[in-house]
Amino acid sequence: MTESPTPDRTARRPVRLARVDWSEITVTVFALLLAFVIGAVLMVIADTEVQQKFTYFFARPGDALTASVDKISTSYGALFRGAFGGIGPITNTMAQSAPLICAGLGVGLAFRAGLFNIGGQGQAIMGAMFGALVGFKLTGLPLVVHLPLAILAGVVAGGIWGGFVGFLKARTGAHEVIVTIMMNYIAGGLLSFALTQALFRRPDRADPIAPVVAWNATFPRIAGTQLHLGFLLALVAAFVVWLVIERTSLGFRIRAVGSNPSASATAGMSVANTTMVTMALSGALAGLAGVQVALGPMSGATPTPLTAGLVGTIGFDAITVALLGRSRPLGTVFAGLLFGALHAGGLVMQGTGTPKELTTVLQALVVMFVATPMLVRTLLPFLRARRARRAVPAVASSGGLA
Amino acid sequence: MKKSLLSVSAILAASALTLTACAQAPSSTPSASGSTSSSASSSASASTSTSAANADFKACMVSDSGGFDDKSFNQTSYAGLTKAKADLGIQTGQVESTDAKDFATNIQTMIDQKCNVIVTVGFLLSDATVAAAKANPNIKFAIVDDNPAGAAGLKNFKALVFNTAESSFMAGYLAAAQTKSGKVGTFGGMKIPTVTIFMDGFAQGVEYYNKQKNKSVQVLGWDAAKQDGQFVPEPNPFDNIAGGKTTATNLVSQGADILFPVAGPAGQGALQVAQSSNGQVNAIWVDTDGCVSAANFCKSIVSSVYKGMDVAVFDTIKAAQEGSFSSDPYVGTLANAGTGLAPFHDFDGQVSAETKSELEKIKSDIEAGTIKITSAAQPK
Repeated sequence: MTESPTPDRTARRPVRLARVDWSEITVTVFALLLAFVIGAVLMVIADTEVQQKFTYFFARPGDALTASVDKISTSYGALFRGAFGGIGPITNTMAQSAPLICAGLGVGLAFRAGLFNIGGQGQAIMGAMFGALVGFKLTGLPLVVHLPLAILAGVVAGGIWGGFVGFLKARTGAHEVIVTIMMNYIAGGLLSFALTQALFRRPDRADPIAPVVAWNATFPRIAGTQLHLGFLLALVAAFVVWLVIERTSLGFRIRAVGSNPSASATAGMSVANTTMVTMALSGALAGLAGVQVALGPMSGATPTPLTAGLVGTIGFDAITVALLGRSRPLGTVFAGLLFGALHAGGLVMQGTGTPKELTTVLQALVVMFVATPMLVRTLLPFLRARRARRAVPAVASSGGLA
Repeated sequence: MKKSLLSVSAILAASALTLTACAQAPSSTPSASGSTSSSASSSASASTSTSAANADFKACMVSDSGGFDDKSFNQTSYAGLTKAKADLGIQTGQVESTDAKDFATNIQTMIDQKCNVIVTVGFLLSDATVAAAKANPNIKFAIVDDNPAGAAGLKNFKALVFNTAESSFMAGYLAAAQTKSGKVGTFGGMKIPTVTIFMDGFAQGVEYYNKQKNKSVQVLGWDAAKQDGQFVPEPNPFDNIAGGKTTATNLVSQGADILFPVAGPAGQGALQVAQSSNGQVNAIWVDTDGCVSAANFCKSIVSSVYKGMDVAVFDTIKAAQEGSFSSDPYVGTLANAGTGLAPFHDFDGQVSAETKSELEKIKSDIEAGTIKITSAAQPK
């Protein structure tokens, strides 16, 4: 990806995420290492069996050390196997990351316009709700009609949910952070309520659970794997977002408004329109994430039916994914894949007696270190020296990577 | 910088010294593997002859998003699995779900681990479990708290459900007999059948008391006719202890002096209200014997409606291991002790002998079918 001329660089600065260069990649790698080292320490501390061996550490240190090494290697081994060990795990990682990438792209796009879309959760819920509704209510349609219709319904629902916030911000100045957070609660409540109503509830059940989505509205997949259309859609979405941001006048307006709204207004751009459009697009991408969970087939071939907890915490994880990806489409794809891998591997890591909470801790550590390069450079001084040496040529080459 | 790194390592070393007492290393070498020795000893106590065959048998469990430490149905079901591991000397495996999209993946993980029987917990896993049972006819499946219609005819699928309306009926009668204000209160975690079944039974138990004794004890928090009542506010109502406390306080301010919270951990809010009332308000706990699972509140707990999920899970695993697994649904009732009223503990002296004998009579009447309980939520 090549860098656009001057306005681009100025546009990026306010988003506060520095340009990616090699030294930054080194820092990211060490941030990951640091997170895994701390994770390993926690793992050893949390394991009662290993702990017990540490009680006689000075009598026979070998026991405690081998037990610790065993523990760490089996856990991380399982994590790795669960994420990348074979076609099943790899495709599972891809399936897990697809919704995170979509929602992360949405949050990142809003970041570029200087908007904090905390409402990815609500927008994804609306996307899942309406994607699933079209998916299970309509029957007898062929795949080529039904599936696009269901996707469209979810994307539009998410877009409206996000666009409404943009509208409020543009017309009244209501802060998008507050409004999106509140819209999350409204969407969650709406889903819980809808599931108790005849329209959404499975006819033969009294529980709040929706019917299974029709086969023709389910993402096609490669049999025997978890790889389905959703991941492809996520990649296409990433490409489209890149195209829009870097190659269209709308993208230019988004970046300009993000960098300096007043200057953009003076230059004749409509800040209000840009805000609305950006929020609608951001919501549509989060809606697509919701569609992914509602229509994406899981191991049992059919999608998980719509319930109150189906969307999980995708909308919130998306914020971290976007931060981690530096709000760049390619970065977001990699960040989403990392999160997907941690999630898929974490489920398998549980089999080794490591609590699932540790995966969450690991994710948080990864994000914390990756998002704070200064902290990593302070903890690992040799990185700082390296950066100082490279500081001058970095400006000249200005090699953007993602 | 070097200095700070040095200080960090110094702190680590110091804490290592303080944390690790200079204990003696165990002398015998086999103790290096703690897990195998403990399971071996427990299986040895059960039966040494069968333990070799049992060691090849693997029972597994998948939780819903509550996790195995939810102090509610996941945890109770999990207790059945750990009991099976200890008593039968079998292998076990388990995986907790973070959210709904993990269910199918987690069941698949258990299948990949070559589990012989897989128990899933909660109606949310219903579809994924049935699909897995259809795809894997050689593995036995069971699900706690659900009896899906789609599983009819599946030879390797067993539903574990509980008619807690029966035991809650007794709890309602007990509450009506114990109230001094003439008002008893109940609230739920969420309006789902596995919750409202308790509330239906409770309300009908109070009604039965009124009819028998010609009294007019009022039930607050649940209208059985309208099937609507008080629920803990969102989000995460089952974990919302503060919300449970608000709901309980609300009922108490309306005059209720016996509370029947059907909200998992959030029900602890009601126990807190009861505890701080100086004996004015008391509670009847659900799912487990509250004097065991929430022992610090025992002096406020009149009794508990237990739901024997651990027993059902254990029995299912045992049957699968012995080769006597049947696909007939297990329905926990008063008659098979799958559900019932837990001991009175601290209230043993305060519940009159008359009430106790009446409760015994009610129990046998329900078992015999002379008392009919009507709840849409009852397992069919």
